[in-house]
Amino acid sequence: MIEAAFFYLYAIILVVSAFMVIVSRNPVHSVLFLILAFFNGAALFVMLGAELLGMLLLIVYVGAVAVLFLFVVMMLDIDFAEMRKGLLKYLPVGGAVGVVVMLELLIVFGSWAAAPDAASHLGAPAPEGLTNTEALGQILYTKYVYFFQLAGLVLLVAMIGAIVLTLHHRENVKRQNIPDQIARTREMAVELKDVEPGQGI
Amino acid sequence: MAQTMVPSFWPALPELMLAVGAMALLLLGAFRREGKNMCVLSAALLVLAGIAILFQSGETTTFGGAFAVDPFIRLMKILAIVGSLSAMAMSLNYFRNENLTMFEYPILIVLATLGMLLMISANGLIALYLGLELQSLALYVLAAIRRDKLRSAEAGLKYFILGALSSGLLLYGASLIYGFTGTVQFEGIAAVAASGGPSLGLLFGLVFLLAGLAFKISAVPFHMWTPDVYEGAPTPVTAFFAAAPKIAAMALLIRVLFTAFPAISGQWQQILVFISLASMVLGAFAAIGQRNIKRLMAYSSIGHMGFALVGLAAMNQEGVSGVILYLIIYLVMTVGTFAFILSMRRDETMVENIDDLAGLSRTRPMQALALSLLMFSLAGIPPLAGFFAKFYVFLAAVKSGLFLLAVIGVLASVVGAFYYLRIVKVMYFDEPEGEAFEPMPRELGLLFSVAGLFVLVFFLYPAPVLKAAQNAAAVLF
Repeated sequence: MIEAAFFYLYAIILVVSAFMVIVSRNPVHSVLFLILAFFNGAALFVMLGAELLGMLLLIVYVGAVAVLFLFVVMMLDIDFAEMRKGLLKYLPVGGAVGVVVMLELLIVFGSWAAAPDAASHLGAPAPEGLTNTEALGQILYTKYVYFFQLAGLVLLVAMIGAIVLTLHHRENVKRQNIPDQIARTREMAVELKDVEPGQGI
Repeated sequence: MAQTMVPSFWPALPELMLAVGAMALLLLGAFRREGKNMCVLSAALLVLAGIAILFQSGETTTFGGAFAVDPFIRLMKILAIVGSLSAMAMSLNYFRNENLTMFEYPILIVLATLGMLLMISANGLIALYLGLELQSLALYVLAAIRRDKLRSAEAGLKYFILGALSSGLLLYGASLIYGFTGTVQFEGIAAVAASGGPSLGLLFGLVFLLAGLAFKISAVPFHMWTPDVYEGAPTPVTAFFAAAPKIAAMALLIRVLFTAFPAISGQWQQILVFISLASMVLGAFAAIGQRNIKRLMAYSSIGHMGFALVGLAAMNQEGVSGVILYLIIYLVMTVGTFAFILSMRRDETMVENIDDLAGLSRTRPMQALALSLLMFSLAGIPPLAGFFAKFYVFLAAVKSGLFLLAVIGVLASVVGAFYYLRIVKVMYFDEPEGEAFEPMPRELGLLFSVAGLFVLVFFLYPAPVLKAAQNAAAVLF
């Protein structure tokens, strides 16, 4: 009973905030609503017992992706109001697509049947009495350590690529050098000149 | 808490050396901020890994069966390392002339090679995908490494977008295969396919997987990226693309088909026959109109992949050893040709049009002779090495009854001979325009002459290469 109540609470906030992402006038508000939607999605995952997925959603999407969005929205001068003008015009078509997708989902889930021997094929069934974070952690760094390390290498290459293709070492740029600033003495900065009266330097 | 055994690291020693070495070189480069000697160090790393592979023996798997080593895998790894080393040697002069000092370039080649070794060793779908992606990501960056040049950036972007699409297809296929067999290990998939027969879902997965892999070897109809990327990428990078990744992807294709899907070979044979036919024909006809020698080599590589696939479509041991032989000879011919293309310099700039070769026989007679040998060999004219490569794959196709494929293959190679011979004609019978090319740098000259000699004397003593190919192919049957 109380579970159902919380489910509807999170689900409704999720849908409403997702809607607000599209319609709010201020792009910063859109991103904030997106973050709210992510939080509610994470809450739904936790309710399903998939707490690892919930936390991943928070860390990856809220922590990194949404903050990146926020940067983009604030740093780029994009007229979002202009972009959103077409919303009403495209609403019928978009709505029709949405309805079709919804019907398809209903058909799929209405006739869904898991293969009877699917469970026997599981490569790594979750042990009883462990949270799924623990269960995953036990095999991720032992049985699947090879894949884990390979994925790390792929990310390393991606990082090298991003740096190689975008980083410019520009000459003649004045950078702050704190040791230099601290080491500066009065003698280095000030030069006293005797000025003859009426002559100038 | 379940007890876990620490897997044996010895089978993966060459890969570990490359991974750790690449990271050490990266640190070194980042601290020194310059590329001095980095090429030499990276080449030394590749040589060490190659030696480590030579010292391995036997067949084994490790990391829970995700990583396999056997004679076939070792031979392919050696070929991939040889391809990478030649590409590294070929880029030395280019970087000197263009005043480039990026230390990341050789490291990316090492990492791409690491990806190739990992995908050749892959014994399951996850390892396959991760190795492939490691290699591809490094290649995308290499294609765009001259970010100040529009063509290079365009090539990188094009390769990246199409490559991502093909990776998506491959992953979709892999997920379908996993869904319908319940395992990602090649042996497990083979067992399910053998007991259950070709279920519809498994076939769908196989088709998507093949589409993804066909993209990586640039076989028709997934070849569209090849000419543009070959033309736009810096020439040493193009040389690298044409040699090592093709071999690794072909090795992966052979391993996937013969270890995971031998039970439903009738299903994938039709696909291979079509891909091979289309690649041979397109490679032969589309290259005729090309004026740029890099684009010509792109179409030539498409055609050659088609010829190599003939041996694979034959599905017998002779066919596979024919493919291995083909890859070895293709590697030598490609490296030699690109070593020459890289030395086509006039007035401090690189030229890459076929017309620029006019009169080479008078200005640089020895180079013209060696290049003619390579062109005759690429066209498959006896007694040069390229003829034997084609001969063995066609022989295997005839033995398994694929007469149509063999006949069309021979016809396509006759059509293809036209554009290789046109290069010879331009060199020997056209009047020279402009001055002679600048003298060839030592390392390019060495690669070029070794390749020329190899194709010339291969027929005198082919036994060691043939034997190696046969031994490697025997593992798969």
